[in-house]
Amino acid sequence: MMSIKQLKVVVFISALAPLIYLIIALLTNQLGVNPIETLTRDSGLWALRFLVLTLCITPLRWLTGWNKLVAFRRMLGLYVFFYATLHMLLYLWLDQFFDIDEIIKDIIKRPFITIGFFTFSALIPLALTSNNRMIKKLGGQRWKSLHKLTYFIATASCIHFYMLVKADKLEPIQYGLIVFVLLAIRLYKYLNSNRFVKAVSSQV
Amino acid sequence: MLIRKNKHGELPESEVTDHQIYLNRRQFLNTSATLAAGAILPISLASAAETPAATFKDIAKHDFAKGEQPSSFEAITTYNNFYEFDTSKSGPALLATEFPNKDKPWMVTIEGECDKPGEFHYDDLVRPFTMEERIYRFRCVEGWSMVIPWVGFSLSELIKKAQPNSRAKYVEFTTLYDPKQMPGQNRQVLDWPYTEALRMDEAMNPLTLMAVGIYGQELLGQNGAPIRLVVPWKYGFKSIKSIVRIRFVEHPPQTSWMKAGPREYGFFSNVNPEVDHPRWSQNRERRIGEFLKRKTLMFNGYEEQVAAMYSTMDLKKNF
Repeated sequence: MMSIKQLKVVVFISALAPLIYLIIALLTNQLGVNPIETLTRDSGLWALRFLVLTLCITPLRWLTGWNKLVAFRRMLGLYVFFYATLHMLLYLWLDQFFDIDEIIKDIIKRPFITIGFFTFSALIPLALTSNNRMIKKLGGQRWKSLHKLTYFIATASCIHFYMLVKADKLEPIQYGLIVFVLLAIRLYKYLNSNRFVKAVSSQV
Repeated sequence: MLIRKNKHGELPESEVTDHQIYLNRRQFLNTSATLAAGAILPISLASAAETPAATFKDIAKHDFAKGEQPSSFEAITTYNNFYEFDTSKSGPALLATEFPNKDKPWMVTIEGECDKPGEFHYDDLVRPFTMEERIYRFRCVEGWSMVIPWVGFSLSELIKKAQPNSRAKYVEFTTLYDPKQMPGQNRQVLDWPYTEALRMDEAMNPLTLMAVGIYGQELLGQNGAPIRLVVPWKYGFKSIKSIVRIRFVEHPPQTSWMKAGPREYGFFSNVNPEVDHPRWSQNRERRIGEFLKRKTLMFNGYEEQVAAMYSTMDLKKNF
């Protein structure tokens, strides 16, 4: 049986696989005739996939009682940031060539870009506070509240995906449903928790 | 865990068909079919079923892209928007290898406000016309572009033969609806069958092409075989593929994309760097195969030939 530490190494390396695949595919001409489009789309998709995995950790803990799972959450969350940064950089560089005027126009005029931009911005404070020092500094409760931003990020990512697709909305709807279920589980748990019951009864 | 299954259609080198064999596959199939038919039919009938060679030779060539390098055959035949097969770019090339079914005659109906309506076999429909090669820029509404050496003839010639009457103000085109051959039609991604339309003057413009080939070869399934429209000054989705019906009508028809997104897709859909699509800025484009983006040209560079048709119109309203 592997220790948590060993498992973390395995997860760390596995999470790099999509990047390695994309680099090899790019160098061997396997990304089709519009590789920039493929890279931009796939990096965004992987950010969303890691976000879904991150959101799975807590419900899985509840389900299995295996609390050590939480050890992987930070790493997966940082991979969300990693792939989202790649996605953002590809857009800024290869789509807009760092033309600030064009980028600002794009963010203002195109709702899916607006949402994408704010979603990425919301990831930054989460990435910056994903270390033990910052948890201590903020205190557990405040850190927890801050990281509830993840729910906004997950919802907004799905909307961003839904809006950018021209006609075939199946894939964004699938992701949207997965995220909906993962958030609904949390809401259900909260509504049945002591904290919620107390909060309601104190208002009566 | 979400695992991607071969989304880009990667094949090991060993599985790749030699390009020449691939190009000649129809000929190969035809030859086999003729041989098979010859085994059971009288010789005269069998030879009558023989189709002319798949390539267009010794046809006039006209460059309407000012010497710009045509996109590679690979680019043109592997990067396609053809939702009737699949909504990915690589899907149509993988799913349309047998399209259109050679055992079913391809029929095109010409109907509506015209004096010479009828249902024509593809061969009879195109026989009267002289094929030529025309190199056109092709600009997709999504912000990418190619340069394509089409083979075909002017739509205007076909329209003249159909003799539209005075009520014919628009021409409506319809793509085949056959989910057995076009698996993408099993899902309601768009309101099938796909329809497109042109105003009569646009349809009669000498640039408007009925294309039947690319790079001197018959069109492949993913490019809209056996016959499609090419309107080079409009966004690519106007250039409807695999046409089975041409109808002359009095009132402006609704097209598939207008129904899917009335705010996004107008009837005219002329390439216009000044008019943004809600989803994409239209002032630049990525030419497939190029790293930097190009500036998009007004009417895709065909202003001289087509601008007069729109001189009295507000192109921001009539997008």
